[in-house]
Amino acid sequence: MNAKTSKRLNMKDRYRIMTRDLAWEPSYQRHEDIFPQEDFEGIKIVDWSQWEDPFRLTMDNYWKFQAEKERKLYAIFDAVSQNNGQMNVSDPRYLNAVKLFITAVTPLEYNAYKGYARVGRQFGGVGARIACQMQSIDELRHTQTQIHAMSHYNKYFGGMHDFPHMFDRVWYLSVPKSFFEDASTAGPFEFLTAISFSFEYVLTNLLFLPFMSGAAYNGDMNTVTFGFSAQSDEARHMTLGLEIIKFILEQHEDNVPIVQKWLDKWLWRGYRLLSIVGMMMDYMLPNKVMSWAEAWEMYYEEAGGALFKELERYGIRPPKFAEQTVIGKNHVSHQTWFVFYQYGHATAFNTWIPTAKEMDWLSEKYPDTFDRLYRPRFELLAEKAAKGERFYNNTLPQLCQICQIPLAITEPDDDTMISHRDTVHEGERYHFCSDGCRDIFHNEPEKYVQAWLPVHQILQGNCGGADMEKVIGDYYRIEMGEDNLEFEGSPEQRRWKQWKQAV
Amino acid sequence: MSRVFIALQDNENSRFIVEAISEDNPNAEVKHSPAMIRIEADDRLTIYRETVEEKLGRDWDTQELQIDMISIGGNVDEDDDSFTLYWNS
Repeated sequence: MNAKTSKRLNMKDRYRIMTRDLAWEPSYQRHEDIFPQEDFEGIKIVDWSQWEDPFRLTMDNYWKFQAEKERKLYAIFDAVSQNNGQMNVSDPRYLNAVKLFITAVTPLEYNAYKGYARVGRQFGGVGARIACQMQSIDELRHTQTQIHAMSHYNKYFGGMHDFPHMFDRVWYLSVPKSFFEDASTAGPFEFLTAISFSFEYVLTNLLFLPFMSGAAYNGDMNTVTFGFSAQSDEARHMTLGLEIIKFILEQHEDNVPIVQKWLDKWLWRGYRLLSIVGMMMDYMLPNKVMSWAEAWEMYYEEAGGALFKELERYGIRPPKFAEQTVIGKNHVSHQTWFVFYQYGHATAFNTWIPTAKEMDWLSEKYPDTFDRLYRPRFELLAEKAAKGERFYNNTLPQLCQICQIPLAITEPDDDTMISHRDTVHEGERYHFCSDGCRDIFHNEPEKYVQAWLPVHQILQGNCGGADMEKVIGDYYRIEMGEDNLEFEGSPEQRRWKQWKQAV
Repeated sequence: MSRVFIALQDNENSRFIVEAISEDNPNAEVKHSPAMIRIEADDRLTIYRETVEEKLGRDWDTQELQIDMISIGGNVDEDDDSFTLYWNS
């Protein structure tokens, strides 16, 4: 066995020769001229050679493994489309989660591709540059494979036809968009802390594991396959995320408070962003795998807990406001679905009241909150809908200046009161959903006063016109009565029944 | 004490990798979900190339793990013969 492996270079030597040895010391340009963004955030790097990629992946093997992943993935895509895979999903309501995915998540993959291409250029260490290069290519692959996977569904279902356009304009898509643009407009080290560590290491598990397992459970072979294929890259990204944080913290003690501030900010931002995923898991997967609260416990409280215990040695404490997420996990999915339900005329997907069986599942999973707070609300809405008064909210909500989510999430210590904070900066009043978001504003007000808030923009007349039809139809390109509104009685439901009868 | 974990796609390769993990890490706990298998252990978990090769009945490169792996929790230490996840704390 050993004789066989010794014929070629071992992994460590191969990594050294094919990464570090490809770099050179510049002789006629100064380091700071070549890497002008390396210093301004205050991060001090003493020795780039301490950067380690524990996977020791070199470009030659990278291409080999990625090609193998793609072959497996595209074989499944072919099989799904050749065998009418769209008919095997559990319930047509399920597809609405897919619509949300292509409009909200896939464009983030594209932004990640751009982000890593940009920051990779800015690091003086070759190990970091190569890791960013691979991740950049990975993220482009994720964008492409997701588009290919969904293009099959796009032939049969609405809401997916204009996803890049919608990402730039639709109110709820400004939540993921502004999240990522906040990271992309930060310096290179903050970008890595935000995306590689906080998002990839701590939070993507919540999107890609329980949700993708849920896709499998709902018969969506395309989504589970691209999801797990993407996640096989994420496992590498996660490891890099952890190494990056350890590397920055080990380089200089002055880096510790800077990184701590970024962790506080990005874990809170990520938590708010994932409200949408919580809603997808609890309300949009007809066959359930686990609840959002259970996923949060497994992947944030347990896995994240182990992680922050590990980082204690560097002087890092768990992120600020983490205790609020422990309370919020029992509320956010219900509150978020309620927002989408009442603004269901302005969504590129259908919304609905959970069935009686689904409500029972929610009661079981959320014994302290669902029956007390959310069941009565949904039962009332169901009653109204049965009388032909399906509720749509025709007013525009107050958005949080930071996360851009409508103020609909309750106080950590009073779940009957909407959480609302504000602050005055240079004579203007700004509104927030939480202490976490207000804190982020206070640290960099000059950045966040520039936020493009969809509701403000509508009211200023920048979104196609003064009435909802113009905004939703012309500006967002959501087709009225086709892509949006209630699922019960929708064209989507009608078509599904016809197809099933035809089989 | 902290838990390390690895999640693998539930497929033909992983079946044998999981067998190898269970044999070499008697304390590892294997949890099945739709399409995925999650393996957890206290503080440390190691996958040995030799055991995986024996189970698969073919050569196996530790980096091949990247094809079937969908998530991990813990620090990584990998070389030609093994792949380890661990926490220091």
